[in-house]
Amino acid sequence: MLITCPYCGPRDVSEYTYQGDGNRTRPDPASTDQEVWNAYVYDRLNPAGEHHEIWQHSGGCRAHLAVTRNTLTHVVSSVSFARDAGHKKSDSRRKTGAKA
Amino acid sequence: MSPRRAISGGRIDRLRTIRFTFDGRPFTGHAGDTLASALLANGVTLFARSFKYHRPRGVLTAGIDEPNALVTVLSGAVREPNIPATMLEIYDGLNVASQNRFPSLAYDVGALNQLGSKVLGAGFYYKTFMGPVIGPLKGTRFWMFCEWFIRRAAGLGSAGLEKDPSRYERMNAFCDVLVVGSGPAGLIAAKAASDSGARVMLAELDATPGGSANWSGETIDGLPAAEWAAETLRDLKARENVRVLPRTTVWGYYDGNTLSAVERVADHRNTPAKGEPRHRHWTIRTQSVVLATGAFERPLVFPGNDRPGVMLAGAALRYVNQYGVLPGQKIAIFTNNDSAYHTAEALKKAGAEIVAMVDVRDDTSVAGREIAREVGGEYLAGHAVVATEGGAQVSGIKVQRINAATGALSGDPRSIHADCLLVSGGWSPTIHLASQAGLKPEWDNDLQAFLPPKPTQNWVGAGAFNGSFSTEKAISEGHAAGLTAAGATDGKADELPSVDADAFDPNPAPVFEIKAKGKAFVDLQHDVTADDVRLAHREGFVSVEHLKRYTTLGMATDQGKTSNIPGLAIMAETLGKPIPDVGTTRFRAPFAPVSVGSLAGERYGDIRPERLTPMYDWHVENGAEFYAAGLWHRPMIYGLSGESVEQAYVRETKAVRGGVGLVDVSTLGKIAVQGPDAGAFLDRVYTNMFSTLAIGKARYGLMLREDGFVLDDGTTWRLGEHDFLMTTTTANAGKVMQHLEYLLDVVWPELKVQLTSVTDQWAGAAISGPKSRDVLAACVTGTKVDNDALPFMGIVYGEIDGAPVMICRLSFSGELAYEVYSGAGHGTHVWQALIKAGEPFAIVPYGLEALGTMRIEKGHVTGAEIDGRTTARDLHLDWMLSKKKPFIGSAMMDREGLVAEDRLQLVGIVSLDNRPLNGGAHIVEELDEANPHGSLGHLTAACYSPSLGKYIGLALVKGGKARQGTRAFISDPLRKRFGPVEIVSHHFFDPEGSRMHG
Amino acid sequence: MAEYSAFALLKNALTGNQDWKPAWRKPEPKPAYDVIIIGGGGHGLSTAYYLAKEFGITNVAVLEKGYLGSGNVGRNTTAVRSNYLLPENVRFYEHSMKLWENLSHELNYNVMFSQRGCLNLAHTPGQLDDYARRGNAMRHEGVDAELMTPAQIAKLVPGLDVSASARFPIIGGLMQRRAGTARHDAVAWGYARGADRRGVDILENCEVTGFIKDGDRVVGVNTTRGEIRAGKVAVAVAGHTGHVMRMAGIDTMPIESHVLQAFVSESLKPFLHTVLTFGMGHFYASQSDKGGLVYGGDLDGYNSYAQRGNLPIVEEVMSEMLALFPSLARVRVLRSWGGVCDMSMDGSPIITTGPLPGMYLNCGWCYGGFKATPASGWCFAHTIARDEPHEFNAPFTLDRFQRGTIIDDKGQGSTPRLH
Repeated sequence: MLITCPYCGPRDVSEYTYQGDGNRTRPDPASTDQEVWNAYVYDRLNPAGEHHEIWQHSGGCRAHLAVTRNTLTHVVSSVSFARDAGHKKSDSRRKTGAKA
Repeated sequence: MSPRRAISGGRIDRLRTIRFTFDGRPFTGHAGDTLASALLANGVTLFARSFKYHRPRGVLTAGIDEPNALVTVLSGAVREPNIPATMLEIYDGLNVASQNRFPSLAYDVGALNQLGSKVLGAGFYYKTFMGPVIGPLKGTRFWMFCEWFIRRAAGLGSAGLEKDPSRYERMNAFCDVLVVGSGPAGLIAAKAASDSGARVMLAELDATPGGSANWSGETIDGLPAAEWAAETLRDLKARENVRVLPRTTVWGYYDGNTLSAVERVADHRNTPAKGEPRHRHWTIRTQSVVLATGAFERPLVFPGNDRPGVMLAGAALRYVNQYGVLPGQKIAIFTNNDSAYHTAEALKKAGAEIVAMVDVRDDTSVAGREIAREVGGEYLAGHAVVATEGGAQVSGIKVQRINAATGALSGDPRSIHADCLLVSGGWSPTIHLASQAGLKPEWDNDLQAFLPPKPTQNWVGAGAFNGSFSTEKAISEGHAAGLTAAGATDGKADELPSVDADAFDPNPAPVFEIKAKGKAFVDLQHDVTADDVRLAHREGFVSVEHLKRYTTLGMATDQGKTSNIPGLAIMAETLGKPIPDVGTTRFRAPFAPVSVGSLAGERYGDIRPERLTPMYDWHVENGAEFYAAGLWHRPMIYGLSGESVEQAYVRETKAVRGGVGLVDVSTLGKIAVQGPDAGAFLDRVYTNMFSTLAIGKARYGLMLREDGFVLDDGTTWRLGEHDFLMTTTTANAGKVMQHLEYLLDVVWPELKVQLTSVTDQWAGAAISGPKSRDVLAACVTGTKVDNDALPFMGIVYGEIDGAPVMICRLSFSGELAYEVYSGAGHGTHVWQALIKAGEPFAIVPYGLEALGTMRIEKGHVTGAEIDGRTTARDLHLDWMLSKKKPFIGSAMMDREGLVAEDRLQLVGIVSLDNRPLNGGAHIVEELDEANPHGSLGHLTAACYSPSLGKYIGLALVKGGKARQGTRAFISDPLRKRFGPVEIVSHHFFDPEGSRMHG
Repeated sequence: MAEYSAFALLKNALTGNQDWKPAWRKPEPKPAYDVIIIGGGGHGLSTAYYLAKEFGITNVAVLEKGYLGSGNVGRNTTAVRSNYLLPENVRFYEHSMKLWENLSHELNYNVMFSQRGCLNLAHTPGQLDDYARRGNAMRHEGVDAELMTPAQIAKLVPGLDVSASARFPIIGGLMQRRAGTARHDAVAWGYARGADRRGVDILENCEVTGFIKDGDRVVGVNTTRGEIRAGKVAVAVAGHTGHVMRMAGIDTMPIESHVLQAFVSESLKPFLHTVLTFGMGHFYASQSDKGGLVYGGDLDGYNSYAQRGNLPIVEEVMSEMLALFPSLARVRVLRSWGGVCDMSMDGSPIITTGPLPGMYLNCGWCYGGFKATPASGWCFAHTIARDEPHEFNAPFTLDRFQRGTIIDDKGQGSTPRLH
């Protein structure tokens, strides 16, 4: 699997560290809403198909990348810097297994 | 002259004789021979014994698809088992042994298994050996008793027990077009791609590129095909943009058009040339791929089809044309298609007698009948072979009339004398790599074969791989594929080489099995018969995967290259379904077996890097014994002669507490946290405040994970307004760095903070003990080190013997102590200067054991307590949880499960029987040595405390805070250590901290 | 259906093996069942078996989208052990072990469970203490465990590099003698046959395409073989839990799907009789009764449903194997494959009622699901039949994450790829 780092170019997956689901947005630090925190820390969309996720180019420039990748084919369709990605807000009212 | 070597012909070098041994017997062959061709030339027909019934087996193929003729290559004590004789190039001194036989290949007692073959059919294991339900053999015992014998008999070759002294290496390659297979299609594809300016790699699994051109006997561009191939190869090799890799098996097609190949660099030599690895593991990243991997011939399934002397017709063509070897003298041929006629012609030409041509088809072609007439012998159209005769070697065949449409046999069987039977059951394109990078293969009813699937990665196919079996088509498709792969369009197709070859109809009759009485083998290596396939059907194992798993069809070392389609066809017929409706198994990597050594590459014998501190050499020279801490080597003790580990650390500890000692702390993780928002950032990641820390001061900090459990601890030093130096535990250095980077890059990109790992840039030496200040005073220049200049948690800059140092007064030992940091390059210099300055104070270097002892006495936590399951409260670190601000983990740390009263909490443990304690021992309220139960928790660390004169430990104990001052027992059944203990506070020594503040 | 035995084998041999009957029927779906179990893998089949056997609930269908046992029950490295650290895990897996020990008799099907041991190698004194902690935890729950010395290990495992000059010298190990391996496919087939003999319908090639709900309550499923109603719908589709639960309207789960690769070598004369694990990386190996070394290592480390692995892990696993066995450099890898694992947020499974009314959930097995097969089915059957968990699976709830009562054997927190 190759991921094209915007700094370093196409690099092998072994240079990267997977940092998980990129659909999550950290709640307001002052929030005490346990449900929202629980969703952030434990719940995952885990789709079979296109997945927004974070990878760190840990064996290279160490930037975190917002990657869209298909979990069925491993085809990477987009890569950008996570800090620029303007992180997609997750819907905290998604129906979660733990809640229901 | 060897008995089976043709008088002339072949691509071997008849002037070069090669000597080798097989099962201790000396043989000769010629340069260019494989073990199989050389042994066949010597008249050897018995090569191996089958897996289950130990039936005698010969050579079926001439290539990587060989199921039978597996051997072990011996080189001294090093063994390489299960190598197909068809893939092994001979060299002088080659020493080969047959396998899976006892006492010898010719007389194998395992062949007795055949007597029970009706009982030992597919799946018999599952139906028996359960044993009695009660009594001494109940449970798993009876099975394990039987299994012991099964395992004695199992397995093919033996693995060696001696370390393989070979070297392996890994190579990364990048190209525009990778061509897999160097037959006419592959050669032309490589040429076309190269002509278009692409960077080309051409991989060929055999020693001599050229593929079928090496044995087809055809004429290309007026030259014998093999010469044309050699010529074309010379041209390609001379090109700057082409790299040719012979003896290279492309075995994996991974994501991102990354292909993996193994090059057998030196397997054809007695010893590798200087600098040569044995195998080279290629990782090839390419824009596109041309798959020109050819096709495998299929055998026919009929009784006695496994007898030595039965060989694929295509293989025989190769033996005669490439190696000048006749597989027999009186040869019968049995086919369902035209390709075998070509073999008959070549064998006749080389001097063999064709005794019979048996073709299941009634309506054979005019050309076929013509060839049959020319080669002589009986021509039996509409017939089938229903048995072979002979012992461990074919001596004849039995034939009978067959209706190819229904498979019905008629008339009486009749014997024909022959010493070799060549069979052809049609051809299956070699679509394995395509299957790894494509959808489902597609069945072609005319070819009776699966054709390549639709690609999911960037490849194109050419030639027999596509089901295009003529050389002319291979060349035109190869050309087109080369251009497509190179992204070019303007190839000159009119200049393609001309081919002079017999035209033949590639379509076989749809006959896979001849149903006559007797054992008919589908998977030769695993002894799976046609009846086994039908038994699987009878018992409901009808999906192709169930068939495979129930009968083990296709699971042998050849991975079913010759058996998958016949097996599938028999199942389809039994089910009354078309073949594609039964399905096909997906081919997975590797295409052919790959040596483990090659995949490890340069990591063979060197699995991980070693991390050494700047002072490592000094430690070695001064008698340190080392302890592995992750990748680091850290001094454990500096033992004196005759000292035990305990004696050494007790001596070192006493020296520190009573005077002064020096320990290497360079392994601590160190992260420079810099920028205008550094303080704010640290406030968010530590549970306590750091933005308020004064410049030139350090503070102990605690980090939680998002889920509220403790992540790590350490001190962070404020070096400037926007400049902090964070230290982490040795084990968590990488983890903490990544955690911080993630937060900055993903969660808080607005913060202006830069992180730099500086672990390797600083050497750290901690000097501890009541005399430590005196030592510093004696050697540090440029700063004072007294209590005013350097108070507890203060930082100063100075020099030691000319080297700049940064000194922070902090203590892990509980003594007056300092950490002296210098540039890594000055580490040893500063260390030695400290030792020298300490000599008047009897300074000792101390290791991890003494360090650990002092931290246990002080009740400081490390990785044994911060084990990913403990909270700040569990570790008595509640005082560090700021109430003034949110921090990472603050929202989740108060969940009910994290604040429960009965959680494991940190306590001190004192041995009451004055015997040592061990980390990992458990704590119980009631001692029961026979049936240990009721664990309250466990010891995380233990030592002899010279300060207390007792054996003590730290422990995590259920509701431990409330248990202080109570009695309990140590229960360590694994090390048979039981005894009374007292649960106490984890602060054993100087709880007020007066010593370190002094 | 006839009992299997040595006698039956002999009898059938005399009649040319013509009289063997299918191991399980291939029935048509009924319009409704008392219980539907989605997932015809090890856990789904064992659940059906124990529902019938322990609770007399036989009007049950097991729905499998492909062929029976096509998921992880046929894709694992076959190790069976109960050598866990935390008491909740030790108790659950030990219950499984006890069921394993009598499974071949119980099913009248030889699942070839062979207790040749599982040895965890330790390479530092600290690690040996960790293993002692774990082994003592097991002993205090009545489970066998012992420490082994390097000399004992060298004797037990020929070819292992026990030299002091090894990059990571072996200084000891934790052995569970009752651990071992079983024939993975046979477990699926044996449970299928056992459930079938008690009247359970096993419906292969029957893929669930949606849930039928009455309000919030799940009352059935739509499948590629038609609509099927049920009083209770149980989900046991580890690897694909997220995907199936989404059909039921549950968007997120405390699970990520990861791919784990496994490898088998060419057949060798057996020399490795125990299950062996490396302590300074992630590597485990055993040798099958056919002689193939069966081994694996770390997850590929990213979400995947692809059942295909990547090259860096292949290289890593082989390097680790040679660090332990330098003599195996000339052994060859025969096959590799990938299984999709439900990696949960604490590394422990979920066996529970809910999360919707009428629904029951069994998932989150990480890569430890095979050994759990008997206990998982046993506990899940109890949970379905009684509408409450058995004490063995009571800790493995879905709400434990919210409550913070997580069961984190590896102490890695909510990073699934590290469990």
